[in-house]
Amino acid sequence: MSLTLLNVIVAVVIAIAFAAANAAYLVWAERRGAARIQRRPGPNINGPFGLLQPPLDGIKLMTKQLMIPGGADKILFMVAPVLAMAPAIMSFVTIPFSKGIAAHNMEIGVLMIFAFASMGAMAILFAGWGSRNKYSVMASVRAVSQNVSYEIPMLITAITVVMVNGSMDLKAISTAQAGGFWHWNIFPSLHSPLMPISFIIFFICSLAETNRAPFDLGEAESELVAGFHTEYGSMGFGLFFMGEYANIVIGASLTTILFLGGWDCPFGMFPGVWWFLLKIYLLIATFIWIRWTFPRTTIYGLLNLSWKILIPISLFNLLLTAGLLKVF
Amino acid sequence: MGGYFSDIFNGSKSLLIGMGITFREFFKPTVTVQYPYQTLKMSARFRGHIELIADEEGNPKCVACGMCQRACPSGCISLDSVSVDIEVDGKVKKKKVLSKYDLDFTKCSLCGQCVENCNFGAIDFSKEYNLASTRKEDFHFNLLKRLEERNA
Repeated sequence: MSLTLLNVIVAVVIAIAFAAANAAYLVWAERRGAARIQRRPGPNINGPFGLLQPPLDGIKLMTKQLMIPGGADKILFMVAPVLAMAPAIMSFVTIPFSKGIAAHNMEIGVLMIFAFASMGAMAILFAGWGSRNKYSVMASVRAVSQNVSYEIPMLITAITVVMVNGSMDLKAISTAQAGGFWHWNIFPSLHSPLMPISFIIFFICSLAETNRAPFDLGEAESELVAGFHTEYGSMGFGLFFMGEYANIVIGASLTTILFLGGWDCPFGMFPGVWWFLLKIYLLIATFIWIRWTFPRTTIYGLLNLSWKILIPISLFNLLLTAGLLKVF
Repeated sequence: MGGYFSDIFNGSKSLLIGMGITFREFFKPTVTVQYPYQTLKMSARFRGHIELIADEEGNPKCVACGMCQRACPSGCISLDSVSVDIEVDGKVKKKKVLSKYDLDFTKCSLCGQCVENCNFGAIDFSKEYNLASTRKEDFHFNLLKRLEERNA
């Protein structure tokens, strides 16, 4: 694939548009979903079913003044929201939506996405440190310790999948699972009998990596005002918000590619990009469903879940898979 | 070690039960009232500001005795009457007719002494609760005028 300047620009524009549109309308879906679970109608005034709410919220955020608190570290304060959003957009570049739809396929796609995803923790740390606010620092320290501890089981699980498929290329991993749902990685195979558990671990980790309830200790409204983005208003806050939703989309896409066969149809009919979109939006709906079901955990409960349950199980799974791959 | 795995199992099970509950709630009808578009009917004992009650002909039942004015602990009622000549059985009689009934709702505490003290059932609580204004004068009600507006 030759990369001309035009290719790059088109790919980046599409990635930004996709990320922004998803961020805007996932907020709407989240608010409507939350409302339904709490037996309210949710936003329903602006436009049919409240569909004009996201653009109006965007206009409201953009017309607000961007305030920098006195004594804040200006550079870090301004860099943090950009750093929250930019890696999320970058990751879209390598995600294959279908056999022919991928901005730039890389042989090390898995590695690239995890490398960019780990920059998200830095954005939170910068935001907390740069704000010169005790709540923000507390929240960012929590969020970073959470991100670090959940990255470990997530990466170990991803390594298991990479070992089974023998490739770090997202497209190759998807293609290897083609031909009906029994070929998908989520089903236990001879080489990896604990795949369903891997899927659950990966799903929990992607939930925790996006700092969402029940793992939203970085925001923890009841304890830390608004967490690391306490001092952010206007589009600074908007970028954090969009970054969070873009990360949700990436987490769902990655789960789909690694475990649910990518764009593969469960029955071997009508292959195409719609299966991929259906799968990621079902996963995102589950994200929203989980968020509005469970209360926030404590920081100890959160870290114990990772270090005492997820990491040992995923390590055992990795060893078992490695052994079985060697034997068979 | 056995406790470790049973904890994981029982924990996951209770999480799934919780998700099942929210899943069912998702499909149930909404229960909220969309306030500016829908309003609830106020219950029989709801206390709004007082309102004059009309007789069958649409005139106020009030005989202008002034008991409510005297009963009011905050002095928010002020009423006035005029004498009118009316013919009853061929004879001209004088009758007191209510000419003014003002309520200063800014001072009213909705204690209900006026309603209790009325011997003619001429005043009662309204069901009005959409009262919001930035000006004091908006809460000085001319109850006679409100009665006429209701009759119209």
